[in-house]
Amino acid sequence: MAAKPRVIVVGGGLGGLWAALRAAENGVSVDLFSLFPVKRSHSCCAQGGINAVLDIKGQHDSIHQHIVDTIKGGDYLADQPPIKTMCESAPGLIRTYDRMGVTFSRTPEGIMDQRLFGGVKNKRTCFAGATTGQQLLYAIDEQVRRFESEGKITKYETWEFLSIVKDDAGHCRGIAAMNLHDMKVHAFRGDAVILATGGLGLIWGKSTMSTNSTGAAAARVYQQGAKFANGEFVQFHPTGMLGHDKLRLMSEACRGEGGRIWVPRDPKDARDPRSIPEKDRFYFLEEWYPTYGNTVPRDVASRAIVKATRHLGLGVGGKDVVYLDLSHHPRQFLEDRLGGILDMYRTFSGEDPYTGPMKVFPAMHYSMGGILIGWEKDETTGGMKLVSPKNHATTIPGLFACGECDSGYHGANRLGANSLLSASFSGIIAGDAVAAYVKGRKQSAADVPESFFEAERKRQEDINHRLVSSTADENAFTLHRELGEIMMEHVYVERDNRGLDQALEGIRRLKERSQRIRLDDRGQWSNQSLSWARQIQDMIVLAEVITLGARLRDECRGSHFKAEFELKIPEGKFRGDPEYEAFRAQWKANNEKWLKTTVATYSPEGPRIDFQPIDLSVMAPTEPRDYR
Amino acid sequence: MPNREIHFRIKRQKGPDSPPYWEEFKMPYAPAHNVVSALMYLREHPVNAQGQRVEPVAWDANCMEEVCGACSMLINGVPRQACATLVDSLEQPIVLEPLSKFPLVRDLVVNRERMFSALRQVKAWIKIDGSQDIHRHAPLISPGLQSIRYLFSRCMTCGCCMEACPQFHPDSTFLGPAPLGQVWLHNSHPTGEYHKEERLHAIMGDGGITDCGNAQNCVKVCPKDIPLTDAIAELGRQTTVQWLRDLFRK
Repeated sequence: MAAKPRVIVVGGGLGGLWAALRAAENGVSVDLFSLFPVKRSHSCCAQGGINAVLDIKGQHDSIHQHIVDTIKGGDYLADQPPIKTMCESAPGLIRTYDRMGVTFSRTPEGIMDQRLFGGVKNKRTCFAGATTGQQLLYAIDEQVRRFESEGKITKYETWEFLSIVKDDAGHCRGIAAMNLHDMKVHAFRGDAVILATGGLGLIWGKSTMSTNSTGAAAARVYQQGAKFANGEFVQFHPTGMLGHDKLRLMSEACRGEGGRIWVPRDPKDARDPRSIPEKDRFYFLEEWYPTYGNTVPRDVASRAIVKATRHLGLGVGGKDVVYLDLSHHPRQFLEDRLGGILDMYRTFSGEDPYTGPMKVFPAMHYSMGGILIGWEKDETTGGMKLVSPKNHATTIPGLFACGECDSGYHGANRLGANSLLSASFSGIIAGDAVAAYVKGRKQSAADVPESFFEAERKRQEDINHRLVSSTADENAFTLHRELGEIMMEHVYVERDNRGLDQALEGIRRLKERSQRIRLDDRGQWSNQSLSWARQIQDMIVLAEVITLGARLRDECRGSHFKAEFELKIPEGKFRGDPEYEAFRAQWKANNEKWLKTTVATYSPEGPRIDFQPIDLSVMAPTEPRDYR
Repeated sequence: MPNREIHFRIKRQKGPDSPPYWEEFKMPYAPAHNVVSALMYLREHPVNAQGQRVEPVAWDANCMEEVCGACSMLINGVPRQACATLVDSLEQPIVLEPLSKFPLVRDLVVNRERMFSALRQVKAWIKIDGSQDIHRHAPLISPGLQSIRYLFSRCMTCGCCMEACPQFHPDSTFLGPAPLGQVWLHNSHPTGEYHKEERLHAIMGDGGITDCGNAQNCVKVCPKDIPLTDAIAELGRQTTVQWLRDLFRK
């Protein structure tokens, strides 16, 4: 009799925990690996909410509209059937979260409340105070703990995933992981492996992400043959709070509640901002976009801030800084509407946002791209089959990916409050997929010869050994800072091919230097420098994928913007106007060329990029995005 | 005039079995540093106050927004989140020590597994019959109850309350305030209430609620202002009722 199926999940945020739970519910034993106790995962940082059509506000909201908003929000770059199925599954998912005891905010009747979010017209976002991600994470964490106490899920916390183990057929049969206490590498067998390792914000040095969101795990499987898609699509949030350590997100709600973005007209103006009179302030969003003013969409706001600071040299103190000002509002109003957010600003800056402006700049916030995944179409519904071993399968047999580290659902741009949805939904789908996959397996991982595992374990031990015994001269933390500087300079809100070429050169130099790292810590106990050195090497590899994708994509789509290739909607013209129709024809011609998934394949010389068609069977791209 | 440098005095220990020692570090002053961002500077420039290059200090952090609970440590003697503690608000030298009630891993890193195992012990979850959609919501919850439950559901298992509690230490079996708060949270849910008895029994024995000495330190240090002592008082009532029930059932 074959051994009981056993799968490995790497990562314990929403995606990983859901995948583990679903696999366990399907009778599959799960080994769950995480760098830290799973309850500390980055999902807890999501504030705003989770989208699901409940239609409880008398606005005749519909699932169809959620699908359309998501497809168009992503500028058509995502496969559409999985989006359809995700949006259809969202209300059921919310009901399950409710049953798990999530403290969703309530209406006076005691039902779950919903609020409005960007890029949509209806109230569709469920929320739990200002900590929705934390609340969802804890709910699923509790359910996983229940399975853990029943022996169905085994946690390996403070373990770092280093690589997958492949057999001679190239199938994934397990992983090599390092215990972050004694730094020893072990190999683990698994009939399938799910990667749920989150975002890659640290590649930009600082971002809105947690300090463990390096993308290293995704980079590792990419170097072992998993293809990586749409790396160039990264969302920059316009109002990140400046910090030495992190760019904390100042919610879009600040602008929604009347926050004004400005800079001093004279960048040398050294006065306290509170004493700069109105006539010496430049409210550039209000001047450039008189209709929307400060509430233009995220990408527009980010680009305008970059224009004001980097093109016009108007950044506060000559730096990459603009003011986000709410201090014209009465204190009580601000406390009622934005208390939690402003208190965070005060805690971390030590400055009072109630009486003076906040200092902000666009910050890397979310990666739409990720490990390329497949899915199986349900021909009867036109959506994705809910259970199929093809769903969320990477290009390496036996390796699956879900959550932010995958490339599904968001295309060229993610809508607010769709990330908690895709993280949860993709975890469910991936968990069910591995359960189906292991039932159909011909050979159990337990029967794979030990030599494959030992060889991989040894390969990883050798990398560690080389690093701790290196006598070269590069500092791993300095390399990270420099990588961040390159990405913030050239692979940012606005891109151009000259800058991207420079970035590629810089990244390749960093890649060479990263082979000469010298550690200040050569010990074998809880050596954080060793772990970091390995991560920065892998971050540089992924940075090259992202930057090359951006270099090759000569168009503007969603978050990816190159001024040289911008197709502008003719001002004041709408559907039916000849000028608009001429624009539409141009837009369609551009889609013929560029409405394709960027796919990177690893080679030691650097990434090889191909383009793959997209499934557009739910909604043909006939209407350009137009938020006027 | 702010200090021209930031001066740290850090209690270090290479591993659980090594002797602790103190090491001082001085780094250039910059405004708006928090304790973690300063430690980040020091790991890139691991030079102590004597000018010797040393092994970088080990510490835990993740979210940097005071929601993940990773970076708890003693800062000038007070257990708190290092990411949310601004250097400018502290007396110097800034004294950093690991939490003292948990097994030490290295330098400022401790192992808080005991808290997670306590959550297993008290069954801090709602028993649902599978995660599939059953086409029904949970029972309605009043906005009033929701807002109190929300206070407790933000507990990030950071361990500050455990550190401050005189009854919680390596030699005691006391569950500690945070897991008790989670018992209250799950007992207060309309479905969670169905299994209230199991949770109450889990806190009625050795190391349970009667070990609370009512020092009230937990609420003073909780970074999320969770009313832990209110929960413990209410659980005291619930367990008394449960005790009487059990008595009559015998």
